[in-house]
This record gives sequence, C-alpha cells and structure tokens, in this order.
Amino acid sequence: MDKVVKSSDEAVADIGDGAVVMSGGFGLCGIPENLIRALVAKGSRNLTIIANNLGSTDSKDGKIYGVGLLVRNAQVRKFIGSFPGPIAKFPWFMEPYRSKALELEIIPQGTLNERIRCAAAGLGGFYTPTGVGTPIEEGKEKRVLGGREHILELPLHADFALVKAHRGDRSGNLIYRRSARNYNPVMAPAASVTIAEVEELCEVGAFDPDGVHTPGLFVSMVVKGERYEKRY
Amino acid sequence: MKKGISKGAIAARASREVKDGMYVNVGYGIPNLVPEYLAGRDVFVHAENGIIGMGPLARKGQEDPDVVNAAKQPVTIVPGGAIVSQSDSFMIIRGGHLAMTFLGAFQVSERGDLANWKGPGDGIPGMGGAMDLAVGAKRVVVTMTHTDKDGAPKIVKECSFPLTGRKCVSLIVTDLAVIRVADNGLILEEVAPGFTAAEVQRATEPALTVSPGLKEIAPP
Repeated sequence: MDKVVKSSDEAVADIGDGAVVMSGGFGLCGIPENLIRALVAKGSRNLTIIANNLGSTDSKDGKIYGVGLLVRNAQVRKFIGSFPGPIAKFPWFMEPYRSKALELEIIPQGTLNERIRCAAAGLGGFYTPTGVGTPIEEGKEKRVLGGREHILELPLHADFALVKAHRGDRSGNLIYRRSARNYNPVMAPAASVTIAEVEELCEVGAFDPDGVHTPGLFVSMVVKGERYEKRY
Repeated sequence: MKKGISKGAIAARASREVKDGMYVNVGYGIPNLVPEYLAGRDVFVHAENGIIGMGPLARKGQEDPDVVNAAKQPVTIVPGGAIVSQSDSFMIIRGGHLAMTFLGAFQVSERGDLANWKGPGDGIPGMGGAMDLAVGAKRVVVTMTHTDKDGAPKIVKECSFPLTGRKCVSLIVTDLAVIRVADNGLILEEVAPGFTAAEVQRATEPALTVSPGLKEIAPP
C-alpha cells in the first residue's frame, strides 16, 4: 500500500471551509508544521481546531507559531483545547475573541485526550472525576461511582487529523521521537481522514513491527515534511 | 519589609517531601524548579507532556526541540527514562500512579481546595493538566508565594477564584511557611527564618494551629 502524497499542499487540498481539524503537538513540540503552513496557504475558513494549545510562542522571537498561525490568518471559528497560552497578548486574537467571532472551549488536558481517545475507540463517552466541583462540571451529567463523584464527558471526533512523526513508511506506519509523540498517536485514529507528515520517509518493510507506534491502518496519507523549523 | 525565602528555596524545601523510589510530577511556575533539587536522587520525574524520567533543563547549545517539559522548555531525559503518549500520560495522572505532584496556586482554601487556573489577570485562562493532577495524584503539594502582589493572603477561608479541585491539597510550601492541610484545619509546621508564627498568621486568612514541633525551614 502506498499512501504518499507529493506535497503538504496536496495533502490538505480537501480541508474545506467549516472542517473540524485536530492537530498533534504540545506547545511547538511535535506539531505538523508543514501541514499547518499548507493550510494557512490554502486559506480555508470557519475551521474548528482541536489541539492542546492555541499555538505557542517561540522563545527566541516571541512570535506565535503552530495552529496560532491559523488564528492570525482569521481561519478559525472555534478552538477546543486545554491551554490557549500566551496568544492573549496578540490583537489578532483578542479582537475576534472579544467579538465572539472566535469561540474557545477550554477543557482539562486529560479530558481532552480521553475524549479524543473515546472517539477513536468507538465509545459513547466516559465518567471522570476531573473537574468535579469546578466550572467544568456545569451542565454535565453527574454520577457517584465507587463512592466518588464523576462527570460524563463525550467523544471528540474530527474530519481531519494532522499528525507529525519522526519516521513514517509509505503505508503510514509511524514512529515518533521523544516528547514530540504527545497527542499524535491519540489523534491519528480519531478522524475521518488522517494526514501524517514525517521527517524521514521510509520504504514499506523498513520498520521492525515491534517498534511501530501508530500502525498505518489509522493513516490516510503520508507526506514528507518540506521544511522543519522545530522552534521551542 | 522582611523577606521570606526565595523561589528556589521554596522548591528545595518542597523537594524534601520526595522519597527515593517515588514517581512525581511537577507543574508550572515554582514547581518547575523542583527537579533541579532532585538531581542524583533515586526518583523519576513525570512531565504531563509524556516524559517519565525528566532530568534538569538542557544546557545552552544542547537543546533538543523534541524534548521539552510542561512549560515547553528544552529539558533532558535521565537514564532509564521513558516516553508515553498523552493518553498514557493522563492514565498515569488520573489513575493514581503518581506519588506526588507539585502545583502552583492563586489560592488554597483552609479545606485544601485549589484555585490555580483562572486568576486575577485578563489573560485567557487554561488549566492544562492541573485538574487531572488535582484529582489523580496521591498527594498534592502546592508551592507558591504566601501573599499576592498586593499583599493579600493566598491561603483563604474560601477561594474566590474558580476551583481546580476540591479538598485536594495536602501541603502548602510558601516563602513564609510550610502548612499542612489536616481534617480539622491548617497546621503551621515550619516558618521561614526570621519569621514568627504570629507574623505568618497575619498573612493568612484562616486560623492556623501551630504545631507543637514548630521549626524553621531548613536552608537548601
């Protein structure tokens, strides 16, 4: 099986207006930076973005990168994540946020990734003690299980998942590196279409099956990332 | 005005809660300094973004952008370290697999309620992994300044900021004191050098019970 597409532009060609898009990464570590750049260039609007952070700042130049670039380009309608971070100091964020053109759904990090995992696993939801007694519990079903209060959380599915791996083979088997793994293996199985960008593209059979982190079964397209800045 | 102990000294004191053989987590702010005082100890530090066995900050010139901590700073991984996905990282956190977590706070109530995600500023709040850590870690140790920038107590009867978790804090380490959250209230265990129990009480809203074994916070 060969799932390789020629460029990041070609990989994101079907991400249209109104799409729900998940992006791997924590801060700027392990983000699909080439696919994000391609989506900025494509200019699709009214996107719902699911990611841990709403972009993050480069410690050297103080500018926002990651999915924050989509906000700067006025492409995002809604963000679902756990830590919007330093984006609040940028007027291109605050203006649509204040006018409610940009909606934020901020949820606990463990709940965020478990909701994604639930969608990937075909589950209807889960009960968690996280958020009990806090504003997070508002409007949610509560249940005492094992003598402890829990709240019901529902799955989070996406039209597209953009993930980044260190190495990938042509059939979509992926291997991550260090803490750049983060959300990537959680999101890869949770979308209708999963696009993986890789630093190193390998032939099928190059990987030891024991060493594969995400099997190609979850991956629709593979692209070799054109350029890696890997900011932090 | 008299000064309490430094942020580094708060982290150093907090690090003494860690026993060899433990797996512990550290959050943003002062907690982020705790690993610097655990170097060489038989302890594994967990970072919420998926590192078990996080070492000190990376030296200048040796940063690896694929190895960062919860505050997105380049760090190191100790021998014997392991990498997990977010899903497994929060299984570790929520599932009670961590002996301890160190968290910062805007406020802690006398019952051990924690408020640390939505504070006084007009920034965009985000809790990250704090709510999961508050319910999941076996012990929550808060490290913070004793009062806010205006001198108002951060240890209060009721938190006025939105909660991160209810009745979850076990110990509070500040620049002025070490305070244990007990079933019947707050116990003042240690005071910063040069401070009296009465002075700590004046900077604290709820009543403190002075421990019979009250002592000074030992230097790092």
